[in-house]
Amino acid sequence: MTVQSNLSRRRFVIGSAAAAGGLSLGFGLPDAPSALAQASSSLPEVNAWVVIRPDETVVIRIARSEMGQGTLTGLAQLVAEELECDWARVTTEFPGPSESLRRNRVWGNFSTGGSRGIRESERLVREGGAAARHMLVAAAAADWGVPAEQCRVAKGVITHPASNRSVTYGAVASAASRMTPPSSITLKDPKDWTIAGQPLPRLDTAEKLTGKLVYGADLQFPGMLNAAVKACPYSGGKIASYDEAAVANMPGVRKVIRIGDATVAVVADTWWRAKTALDALPITWDEGPYRDLTSASIAETLNEGLDADEAFIGNRAGDAKAVLARSQRKVTATYAFPFQNHATMEPMNATALFTGDRCEVWVPTQNGEASLAAAAEAAGLPARQCEVHKLMLGGGFGRRGFQDYVTQAVTIARHFQGTHVKLLWSREEDMLQGYYHPTTQCRMSGALDDQGNLIALHMRISGQSILASVRPEGMQGGMDPVVFQGLTPNSPEGMLGYSIPDLLIDHAMRNPPIRPGFWRGVNLNQNAVYVECFMDELAHEAGIDPLAFRRKLMANHPKHLATLNAVAERIGWDTPPAAGVGRGLAQIMGFGAYVAAAAEVSVENGELKVHRIIAATDPGHVVNPAQVERQVEGSFAYGLSAGLLGECTVTGGRIDQENFDTYDVVRMVQMPKVETIMLPSGGFWGGVGEPTIAVATPAVLNALFAATGKRIRMLPLKNHSLA
Amino acid sequence: MPRLTINGQSRDVDVDPDTPLLWVIREQIGLTGTKFGCGVAMCGACTVHIDGVAARSCGMPVSAVEESQNIVTIEGLSPDGSHPVQKAWLAHDVPQCGYCQPGMIMAAAALLAQNPRPSDEDIDSEITNICRCGTYNRVRAAIHTAANGGTQAG
Repeated sequence: MTVQSNLSRRRFVIGSAAAAGGLSLGFGLPDAPSALAQASSSLPEVNAWVVIRPDETVVIRIARSEMGQGTLTGLAQLVAEELECDWARVTTEFPGPSESLRRNRVWGNFSTGGSRGIRESERLVREGGAAARHMLVAAAAADWGVPAEQCRVAKGVITHPASNRSVTYGAVASAASRMTPPSSITLKDPKDWTIAGQPLPRLDTAEKLTGKLVYGADLQFPGMLNAAVKACPYSGGKIASYDEAAVANMPGVRKVIRIGDATVAVVADTWWRAKTALDALPITWDEGPYRDLTSASIAETLNEGLDADEAFIGNRAGDAKAVLARSQRKVTATYAFPFQNHATMEPMNATALFTGDRCEVWVPTQNGEASLAAAAEAAGLPARQCEVHKLMLGGGFGRRGFQDYVTQAVTIARHFQGTHVKLLWSREEDMLQGYYHPTTQCRMSGALDDQGNLIALHMRISGQSILASVRPEGMQGGMDPVVFQGLTPNSPEGMLGYSIPDLLIDHAMRNPPIRPGFWRGVNLNQNAVYVECFMDELAHEAGIDPLAFRRKLMANHPKHLATLNAVAERIGWDTPPAAGVGRGLAQIMGFGAYVAAAAEVSVENGELKVHRIIAATDPGHVVNPAQVERQVEGSFAYGLSAGLLGECTVTGGRIDQENFDTYDVVRMVQMPKVETIMLPSGGFWGGVGEPTIAVATPAVLNALFAATGKRIRMLPLKNHSLA
Repeated sequence: MPRLTINGQSRDVDVDPDTPLLWVIREQIGLTGTKFGCGVAMCGACTVHIDGVAARSCGMPVSAVEESQNIVTIEGLSPDGSHPVQKAWLAHDVPQCGYCQPGMIMAAAALLAQNPRPSDEDIDSEITNICRCGTYNRVRAAIHTAANGGTQAG
């Protein structure tokens, strides 16, 4: 079984129709058009977003990646809504990032992270669909010699009622491609949506049930070679030596390749043989400068930051330190959140073909343009001589925004000009070469007045900055603004939902040398644990119900409050839970959306059992409620994996956990039943894929306290006895 | 040379005898629906049926399988996605990224073959595959739907 042209995603018309008609967007033919020219025998596009075939199939182009989050379907719904096509005939394809560059980035940003897939491109894709509809109608109207305004469209059929004529999109698509795009577009009001806003089934399900969907790990090309790779597991370490001769004659082995100063790859005819030889390869590591680094030493460094004088301020009102200093009723607690691995089910991989003057890469990536840049750099070629073929991702969660495996694959492929080389990481490599969820500690200090009102709060975060490590250009005067996700005074991305008269939220940056990355939910995850668990502690100290305690602080935050009220009502907060069962709440805003959760838990035989979760989300608009439900449900699997089970520890400068035997995650038996409440209040576009993750753990831990009186402040829960 | 019976066909495979069955299926037979997830039989992405019983093929050397044993992969579960478990999965629109789903479906089909009406507790103890997207609620619902012989969600 091989995959060739059907996966190459080259069905673009870059020359004929677009350049000849009115759709030229100022790009020329590529310098090396051979491969692309072959594919341009297909049909003209109506515009960059829409191709309609004579058989009425509607091909909608999706620039953002699909990693399970459902954006592929949601974006197609938005295009189809404005296009007024027949949804039953919709199919999708991924445009190539290099193609996009040649066309002045007509498809916009390819990056798929930060829950931005829909909210950041909804206008662009809706306008794309609307423009295509205008051009299709204009083509029919011109053919009939009638004003376009007199034509109607429904389900891909254009009619002119006055003359009782009709024509399908497929019949006028070719002519439409030569029409001038409209100069202005009025988008539909979301309340008039009929395709968007509906709980439609995903477009990509059928092939996922039969094994037919080809992921990056599954690619096969004739004559393809396979590569396994090992990078130095010690942070800052490198290769001291390896004995290539020891494996050179093993079955199937073609070559041992050094990549940079810290990585070695074995290339063989099959991956299993490559991996077997790599495991047999005697490698001596130079352990580098951090051989004394341990989880304990990292914790010590972070702990010191809790008391440090200098810190970056993310939110300040009044003088919290002064109020706390003179407070008679003060509550203080220290929390910690450990490193986590993304642990996508499909290990990192990329397949590269290098021919000397061209380089192609097939890769499951969250950022096609970043993959292109990495490929071009590793190939030593201009980007226009490279192309990235995007594939469906077997999970992303932030890990596949980084491109280290692309660099490796291309570097290896340069040794085998003209031959496809597939690089696939082992699970062990995946666990050891992560961009880990950052580790932080937090000291929460609150002051209560005589009535139990929270009058001052100091939240001191100490620990890692993701941006400082992986995106320093995003730093602001040395400060990492992303550290304060969900805690800001006024950011539409995530503002604190409580009004506290004297408030200080600051960050003592401490960057232990374990590389951090964006991990689904990012910094909102620990910030929600710190704030929401501490709100529970304050309420307990004040002797006030946790819901009532929060409500007193939320009068100025109606959207935050609405989601909190929704989960409280649904779980029956005003009625007592069953014997032995505790209830907990959490709410936060992040990725532009408001989320809340309520949990019911009990402890039986020392084991936590989560009986029920209610989750509410207000993302402004809901494009597909069925997919939002799935994202919200999945958020509890991902969030509780971290809060209850997940922890990457460090010994001797390297991560200890190498596989799922020591890095456990939520499975069926731990998965709670999740009920989702959607409260789209309109007027803004928030994200869905990540924010709910943040409320999973604090809701459960607050419920655990209600059930048992135990406060868990150092995550994960597995390190604590509940017996 | 080991001879295997996969999806009803007899196949000679030229591999080292300690090659895991998973990699024989993927690289020699060329059936890539069975996924590589962990290599240590912890995640279940590589689940196939051997004589009707779910087996994690990544940790099983090919030499441990006899020619007389019938190996079924996701591609052989049904010719067209019409197995009751696949139909139930479609009705519930279960997959997200989908990578773990062939293994999940094979595990569910084996469970139902031996226990046609599994309880929630049976599902908890028998379906131990990992899904990082968190499709578990839908997996559970689809297993119950398949057990009830229907394809309707809900």
